[in-house]
Amino acid sequence: MTPTGRRAMFLAAASVVAGVLVWGLTGLPDFGDYHGPYGTILDRVAVGERHGTNVVTAVVFDYRGVDTMIEEYILFASVIGVTLLLRRQRGERERPPSEVAKGRGEPEPSEAARVMGLGLVGPVILLGLYVVAHGALTPGGGFQGGVVLATASGLVFLTGSFLSFERVNPIPLIDLAEGVGAAGYPALGLLGFGGGGAFLTNVLPLGRPGSLLSAGLIPLIDLAVGLAVAAGIVLILSEFLEQTLAIRGSRR
Amino acid sequence: MTALQVVVLLLVAATGAVVVSVREPLRQAMILGIYGLLLVVTFVVLQAPDVALSAAVVGAVAMPLMIALALAKIQERSDR
Repeated sequence: MTPTGRRAMFLAAASVVAGVLVWGLTGLPDFGDYHGPYGTILDRVAVGERHGTNVVTAVVFDYRGVDTMIEEYILFASVIGVTLLLRRQRGERERPPSEVAKGRGEPEPSEAARVMGLGLVGPVILLGLYVVAHGALTPGGGFQGGVVLATASGLVFLTGSFLSFERVNPIPLIDLAEGVGAAGYPALGLLGFGGGGAFLTNVLPLGRPGSLLSAGLIPLIDLAVGLAVAAGIVLILSEFLEQTLAIRGSRR
Repeated sequence: MTALQVVVLLLVAATGAVVVSVREPLRQAMILGIYGLLLVVTFVVLQAPDVALSAAVVGAVAMPLMIALALAKIQERSDR
């Protein structure tokens, strides 16, 4: 096809796409103009029904708790996928520490990076725990807090080395945390049957709205998700680091 | 829509275009981090703090880090 023909074809197709796009966009509701019933209803009833002041978390871990459980398994599945894909394969070997000559190892991080990172590890862990623990009360929750916690272990890598990363992240323990977190969600859901309700029914006492131990089952599910997410991200991170830093292809 | 929201949305659009137009992968990963931070500002301005937190940890920290690590691995392979 000649360049002119190609251009004519592109322009024809592009004008059709642009037309449909503009047509579709004009039919959208105005910016910030919300007409769905569920948001309005939940805004009114959620705090009274579940005693959790963060309606988003109440929706995520309670009203649509089953959806969130499956979402948690998306991360779980991707952890398994990364672990399988990045394992040591035939023809690859792990570089033994003895291979690195003295004084010619990995470049040391600068003093500034080390001080900054070490200073941040504590506050980041505290922030992560806060975000997980207050999921039912203030913005945040298990997913967000979990990734914040995992970031703290990434900081350890940045300030030290891969070896210190491995030391503060014992993989068998992290595996255990991942399993407990992932299994904890459905296990907590089963409590609903004990109370004579459906799966994930909020059977625990709801407590006083705004206090740390309120909203019944929600903070516990939140904790399970936080554990699973933090462990999952650390596992993915360690697989990537190991693949990048320790595994070498065999010399031909 | 407030003026602040307009400004932030325009910035997001501009940064998104920059991310696509940069051709050097490592530089692209860093700009992707900046783009992630701008998304955080967007969600705060739109009063969605929960989403902002998710965007902060995933878009500005986790994703650029993993891209950088993957790039390091590719670099090492092509060096040999």
